Amino acid sequence: MDFSYRESVDLRDAPCLSGENFAVEVQACIARGFRVGAFFGLPHGPEDVGLVAVLCPEEDGNLCVLHSRPLTSYPSMSPTCAELHWFEREVHEQWGITPEGHPWLKPIRFHAPARSAFGEVRPRPLPGQTSYFAVQGPQVHEVAVGPVHAGVIEPGHFRFQCLGEEVLHLEISLGFQHRDIERMLTGGPDARTMHLMENAAGDTSIGHSFAHCALFEALTRTEPAPRGQMLRRVALELERLANHTGDLGALAGDVGFLPTLSYCGRIRGDFLNMTALLCGKRFGRGLLCPGGTKLDVDEALIAELRKRLAAAHRDARGAVDLCLYSNTVRARYDDCGPISTNAARACGLVGVAARASGLARDARVQFPVAGAAPGDIPLSKCESGDVYARACVRSHELDRSADFIQRALNALPEGKSAVSTPALPPHRMAVGIIEGWRGEICHVALTDAEGRFAAYKIVDPSFHNWFGLALALRGQQISDFPLCNKSFNLSYCGHDL
Amino acid sequence: MFDVVRERVRQGYRTCRYPALAPELPERFLGRPRIAAAPCPPGCADCLAQCPVKALELRPQGPALDMGRCVFCGACARTCPQKTIVFSRDHRVASRSREGLIISSTDPGQQPGKAIPLFRRSLRLRQVSAAGCNACEADCNVLTTPVFDLGSYGIDFVAAPRHADGIAVTGPVSENMRQATLDTFDAVPDPRLVIAVGACAISGGIFRDSGECHQGVSALLPVDLYIPGCPPHPWSILDGFLTLMGRSR
Ligand code: SF4
Repeated sequence: MDFSYRESVDLRDAPCLSGENFAVEVQACIARGFRVGAFFGLPHGPEDVGLVAVLCPEEDGNLCVLHSRPLTSYPSMSPTCAELHWFEREVHEQWGITPEGHPWLKPIRFHAPARSAFGEVRPRPLPGQTSYFAVQGPQVHEVAVGPVHAGVIEPGHFRFQCLGEEVLHLEISLGFQHRDIERMLTGGPDARTMHLMENAAGDTSIGHSFAHCALFEALTRTEPAPRGQMLRRVALELERLANHTGDLGALAGDVGFLPTLSYCGRIRGDFLNMTALLCGKRFGRGLLCPGGTKLDVDEALIAELRKRLAAAHRDARGAVDLCLYSNTVRARYDDCGPISTNAARACGLVGVAARASGLARDARVQFPVAGAAPGDIPLSKCESGDVYARACVRSHELDRSADFIQRALNALPEGKSAVSTPALPPHRMAVGIIEGWRGEICHVALTDAEGRFAAYKIVDPSFHNWFGLALALRGQQISDFPLCNKSFNLSYCGHDL
Repeated sequence: MFDVVRERVRQGYRTCRYPALAPELPERFLGRPRIAAAPCPPGCADCLAQCPVKALELRPQGPALDMGRCVFCGACARTCPQKTIVFSRDHRVASRSREGLIISSTDPGQQPGKAIPLFRRSLRLRQVSAAGCNACEADCNVLTTPVFDLGSYGIDFVAAPRHADGIAVTGPVSENMRQATLDTFDAVPDPRLVIAVGACAISGGIFRDSGECHQGVSALLPVDLYIPGCPPHPWSILDGFLTLMGRSR
């Protein structure tokens, strides 16, 4: 069933497919140029779980949703659609639904099984304890890192198969950050809901809470207050500026180019402090609410924001150019961790990583939020798919985001910053799609007969992209891992939820 | 080379002189809460209903607020009909005791508590993210930037627990990070500290009722310093560390 990303549907209007037909239809859709936005299990009853796939068009247009009857197995689609392999593992781990023929069904989060239906009582796996890809041979060695890393960073486990310096394969095992957010959201919305959104991935508080608001407004058919909507978009771009600046600094740090590292560390804080001017918190918590923003701005604040933005943007530009125009830095960024356009498409990359590999994927262009014109923040794209390309995409976006914020603050719509929203309607499904600074954030929720969340699915861009990092490292030197890793800078908790 | 020098001059000197000079905090920043000694209207419990983390308790003398659970959302202060709960802009919220985080009209929160002289000049910490959402982690990490210049206080985040005086834990401690957190602590030589940074590490925060989390590191290890907030402001974190070292104002 096709539907607009800004409207809600009743899933019961879509045909409920058998496992076989579901797999056939999803693959046909992907063959027609769609990609996977979300793929998850939907409980129909205490023991019955069906599958739902939300597919996004490569260009703009309607989304497609497909769903299946309750099932215990279905033919795996991973052999033909690589971008689904992680999703199929996720559903298998959560609901015990087996994709027959999946190349390697392993846990991705190592949590307690959501249920022990179908007679299969599975013990809880220990985190990271599973079989790993291994390379044999006299000179091959294995390097294992984590879960606790050397820096101030979230936990994850990485295993490298190396021949000398060269990495033959990297396997990434996550799940250490699993907090069970999706389950905590079902039965809501309640006083915790917005806070859980802001904590899904703390560095993307605005992105995830915006996605939730968009979803909420689609479900309740609310037009957000134009002023609030613009403020949210300003906050979203501020979040992008802060994180891109931090990432560009960290990339410079990983090749030992210290001036950019130290300037960007400070400038990132300047952007965060601008968000704090809006709402008191550097990560933008407490700013957004369904219907608009909880807090408004006055003329003095707008003027202050514009002044600070101009200064911080100039500083960021200076710091970043210093590094991108340096030959020694270029020598390290070029050809490091390349991903071809075809590989990026096949594994379903989104966001900065996708655009660096030549894919025109940007939810701000394809799925603009209510009131936004599709081209008002142009898409930034590179072709080479290496660390340099990922740095360049960020560098371009610094200018485009700063430019947008200046224009937005200059012409902020009048009126209140929020409208009130009605209660959620029963039996509806909607999505919220937002281009966070890492990439596309997709939330999908279905309400029950009482208008409460029967299921809430969060797809952080990192969920699509972690495998991209593994791919990028093939054939690279293991000493380039920090650089490659930083060029993706993916979220652990956004993946683990 | 010339460009590098020119840009260095343009970027200027940015390090703040803390604690000698008070840090600049945004107008809308919510810091240490204050609770007025005014009796609540009979039957009013509006703040309790608003709180997402059950941080408030109604006592006979009025509400008591647990900063160890609070995410500083301000919902209670906005809803209070007579402004009994207000949030100041004081960033100094850290305490060496759990009780020191509870604020009521009769008790404005205990003094931060005694310093440990042994760490007066040097404090090396291993940071452990145990299901933290990367907000607390980021606000710890930012202390190493030139604005805060953590190293100039003799404080550093180190790569190995063997080189550390203690661990600074962020996050509610997921079941999947429980063992790794305990192992990291075990690898720190005695005498060693545990610092809980953020509402999640202190009490589980918003994840208190998640079946997959352990209500913070306080539930697993004895904690020497609590730094509340969601996330705590970097200045609050630095103030906490300095408190422990006996070098706060
Ligand atoms: S500010 Fe703290 S105590 Fe008040 S409602 Fe929010 S979390 Fe609860």
